[in-house]
Amino acid sequence: MSFGGGAVAYLREYIVRQEGWLDDEGFLGAMEISETLPGLNAVNMAIIVGDNLRGIMGAAVSVLGMLLPGSIVVMVLGILWQSNHQNLNVKQFLLGIAAAAVGLLTTVTLQIGRRQFRQLPDVAIVFVTFVAVSIFKVPLPFILLTIGPVAVWFYRPSIAKERAADEHLPFHRGARHHLFRH
Amino acid sequence: MRLVHLFLVFTLLSVLAVGGGTAVLPEMQHMTVDTFHWLTDAQFRSIYSIGQVAPGPNMLMVLLIGYHLAGWSGMTVVGLAFFLPDCLLTLFVNRWWVHLGSWPWRVSIQRGLAPVAIGLMLSGTYAIAKLSIIDPLTVLIGLVVFAILLWRHVNPGILVLIGGTVYMVLM
Repeated sequence: MSFGGGAVAYLREYIVRQEGWLDDEGFLGAMEISETLPGLNAVNMAIIVGDNLRGIMGAAVSVLGMLLPGSIVVMVLGILWQSNHQNLNVKQFLLGIAAAAVGLLTTVTLQIGRRQFRQLPDVAIVFVTFVAVSIFKVPLPFILLTIGPVAVWFYRPSIAKERAADEHLPFHRGARHHLFRH
Repeated sequence: MRLVHLFLVFTLLSVLAVGGGTAVLPEMQHMTVDTFHWLTDAQFRSIYSIGQVAPGPNMLMVLLIGYHLAGWSGMTVVGLAFFLPDCLLTLFVNRWWVHLGSWPWRVSIQRGLAPVAIGLMLSGTYAIAKLSIIDPLTVLIGLVVFAILLWRHVNPGILVLIGGTVYMVLM
């Protein structure tokens, strides 16, 4: 029931603390895979936890569990919206939600990127990516095929030891912000 | 033909979603609004907001884009196209990750892609801001939510619902 996103905080609470399916080390390992691969973190996490516990069927069931309740709610709300989208109150309500979401997205981005925002080379990569997408409207495939490889090359194995210390990871095993503690 | 386009667009978005759903929002908006003219900016914003208030990942909004354009078959096609490729990729990589443990480039890829993903998330945030921060009250709502979340843990879903209610009542 991760309203408004931020499902990862809840995942950790249930997977590690309540159910004991993974230990902290295993959870962080799963987070590493989830964050590096494309796709929603929460969905990727569901796949990994499900697969590790019960194989492919486990992965399928846990993804369905993650997506099905929300899908039903989205569709019910969406169909209600379609028949009322001219209603001024509905329009204003949804606009207010989007404005509030900007505050939420900003917090989440700063939080996930707090390691990156402290490292000058990373700040430069963040900045170049942002400007390219938001100001120059460079298509996303082009970004991932240019800035992506350059950034990976910057942290290439031969010099990775000095540059790529553990604390560059978004979800480091250090102190966590309250957003991710639940 | 529209179903084929929907399938291709959302499969592409799925594969490009490095950094998660927020990271792919600008490209999704560009494709659905500017390239294919499936939605207006206001419709895109409304659908995004509906995704925000539902439980689970906000990116379930893509189902609504599919439904809006091509009914239940559109919803199904978009849902499969957006979620299935990433699920299969994650399943595959999860089983190979152990073997990649000693591969030195694994760390390089993680370290290198992390700041790119953060940049893309910032762009996603900016895209929603451009659509929704349009008057003093929306500026205030965004700032207050930001401040509250920095200050302490509050269920973001509740804040978002309050934001919507405040705007509806005061405007």
